[in-house]
Amino acid sequence: MPHPGRRSRPRVRGRACAVTAALALLATGCAGAGGTSFGGGDALNVLMVNNPQMVELQKLTARHFTEETGIKVHFTVLPENDVRDKISQDFSNQAGQYDIATISNFELPFFAKNGWLHPLDDYARADTAFDQEDILQPLRESLTAEDGKLYAQPFYGESSFLMYRKDVFEEQGLTMPGKPTWEQVAKLAELTDGAERGMKGICLRGLPGWGEVIAPLTTVVNTMGGTWFTEDWEPRLTAPEFKKATTFYVDLVRKHGELGAPQSGYAECLNNMTQGKTAMWYDATAGAGSLEAKGSPVKGKIGYVPAPVEQTKSSGWLYTWAWGLQKASRKADDAWKFVSWASSKEYEELVGATSGWSNVPAGKRASTYANPDYRAEAGAFADVTERAISEADPKNPGTQPRPTAGIQFVGVPEFTDLGTRVAQEISAAIAGRQSVDAALAASQKLAEKVAEEYR
Amino acid sequence: MTVTATRETTSPPTPAKRPDGGGRRRAWATRAPLLPALVFLIAVTQLPFVATLVISLFDWNSLKPEKRHFTGFSNYASVFTDEALRESVVTTVVLTASVVIVSVVLGLLFALLLDRAFFGRGFVRTLLITPFLLVPVSAALLWKHALYNPEYGLFNGALTWFGELFGIESIAQPEWTSQMPLIAIEASLVWQWTPFMMLILLAGLQSRPAEIMEAARLDGAGPWQMFRYLTLPHLRRYLELGILLGSVYIVQNFDAVFTITSGGLGTANLPYTVYETFYRAHEYGLASAAGVVVVIGTIVIATFALRTVSSLFREEASRS
Repeated sequence: MPHPGRRSRPRVRGRACAVTAALALLATGCAGAGGTSFGGGDALNVLMVNNPQMVELQKLTARHFTEETGIKVHFTVLPENDVRDKISQDFSNQAGQYDIATISNFELPFFAKNGWLHPLDDYARADTAFDQEDILQPLRESLTAEDGKLYAQPFYGESSFLMYRKDVFEEQGLTMPGKPTWEQVAKLAELTDGAERGMKGICLRGLPGWGEVIAPLTTVVNTMGGTWFTEDWEPRLTAPEFKKATTFYVDLVRKHGELGAPQSGYAECLNNMTQGKTAMWYDATAGAGSLEAKGSPVKGKIGYVPAPVEQTKSSGWLYTWAWGLQKASRKADDAWKFVSWASSKEYEELVGATSGWSNVPAGKRASTYANPDYRAEAGAFADVTERAISEADPKNPGTQPRPTAGIQFVGVPEFTDLGTRVAQEISAAIAGRQSVDAALAASQKLAEKVAEEYR
Repeated sequence: MTVTATRETTSPPTPAKRPDGGGRRRAWATRAPLLPALVFLIAVTQLPFVATLVISLFDWNSLKPEKRHFTGFSNYASVFTDEALRESVVTTVVLTASVVIVSVVLGLLFALLLDRAFFGRGFVRTLLITPFLLVPVSAALLWKHALYNPEYGLFNGALTWFGELFGIESIAQPEWTSQMPLIAIEASLVWQWTPFMMLILLAGLQSRPAEIMEAARLDGAGPWQMFRYLTLPHLRRYLELGILLGSVYIVQNFDAVFTITSGGLGTANLPYTVYETFYRAHEYGLASAAGVVVVIGTIVIATFALRTVSSLFREEASRS
């Protein structure tokens, strides 16, 4: 910073100083997110997304983890978009400001490839109490990078399935098949549409966003034989299979889906299902916990079946928030202790005892689903959830080989932008402002640009 | 945001203690206490902007740090050739212009009504100002859920009630946001910005010289003539001020677009597109370039705004 009031300093140098100072500010990622005090040398810094399960963890850490180990933990908690951005800033600079961060199976491959993460195999092997074998297979695989090393441990996992109102189906004399196809679901949506006053047949997301409408839509595309890209990066968004799936999805929402579909995401559909505005809902398994929570008007009235299929055996997606250790961290050993505790069976027991089993970060361990306490609380959807996660195959989710691993997304950094832009086209088709063909033609162009970088 | 306005300050007359040519020193003595503030201001406003300018010359995707390199002005070329960005420029212009014009017209109507003395005027004025005091994001949420929602929103509820009143079985239940996305956003913004315009215009109305109005009335001018030949010319400056300040703020609007439609259905305006470029595409260079373009556009508008404000003050000064 040029010193004020000293006029002898040549101007050019002053300007250069200003620029370097500005860049230095940037390089250190000086964005002030409140609430982090970088305390003593032995304290861990954790950066995580502000989902309820993480907030719960923050409450329990000091009284349990710090008591036992003497390791202090400082948390920085941010909304999903901001947290992703801050993580990529901190990890890409390897600034080491955070020892641990919540990453998902979406980022893991390229974070690992960039050398930003600490491999965890040795820790997991040495820590027998952690019981690495208990972690569900698809999660273990999706957190293992191309080099065959494990780079993160799941905090909780989720897939997708179909939720439906058992009581409404009974009244209408309908039965839900144990493993429905999308054609059957479309028929049932037609039959249950208007079953009660203001009730629609099915709720499907239509809100733009790579993590909103694109997730369920891509699972439909997969099972109807479509794909975003072929193995050698040819975009296939205008191919007949992709078109068929998108037309099916858009038509179903427009005919028997919720009102205001282009603005409905996960939260809105959860609301519709809870308020009895829809007979079926295809979405994340995490939604079941809220539907069966205390005080929910539909508690106990809901049946759960696997995600509808057409050409594939299963079609549920796979998503997990997991702990990644920053490569530059100088406290890797302590960081592992924290990860091992937060993702342990004991921690699940602790949450079950303190705030109820429906709040447990589930969907990652086989033992959770064998636990009688958990089954007593979440029996309605426990088995279907576990099966959905276990059957998910990110490496082979459709009917053809893929360039990257991932079910409801394409595992490249550009997908956040591509997915969101395509989502806006699809959303416009759901609103009836353009045809599916026009939406997909525009989307194909966008996908082409991304593919060029990889061919 | 950088806006430079030249202000001619007349330094307070200081008693000349030593007529030994200490003018420069005295000048510095006057300035010295202000220097820390100036340095602070430059550090917190100008340096980040310089940094943004520098970053806008790089091709920098945060997820591919090893590929970061200097590209000169190619980001700016992308800003002007990228279809999504071009569309968002048009959207921004349409959104800003329509919101400003409608809120000025409505604001003028309300201001004229409030200019009369009637029982409970203070209460009505407070009620009318309330929307402007709401946090923008909560106003957007209110419109999205409480009003527009086709399932449980107030608009469709009112339609249903209206239908029941007349015995219509199934009255239309429009999906407001899907059928008219841009109008939906504009309506919520108009609701928020009308009070702002109303306040400015009300101040203008109340500064009308009473004796001239009185004279006009005695000369037999009707209410329309008085409005057309006296009030409107007097309000011109206030209208300009309202339009310019409103434009500067509404160009930057992000909350309504983000909340009500998430930028879908052709409602993405420039700030939202910049946000997406930065947070979703992780293209720091491109986002910075787009941000710089927005700033330049806003500076142009703001310059006009400042001129208007200063001419207002000049007028006030000449009148008193």
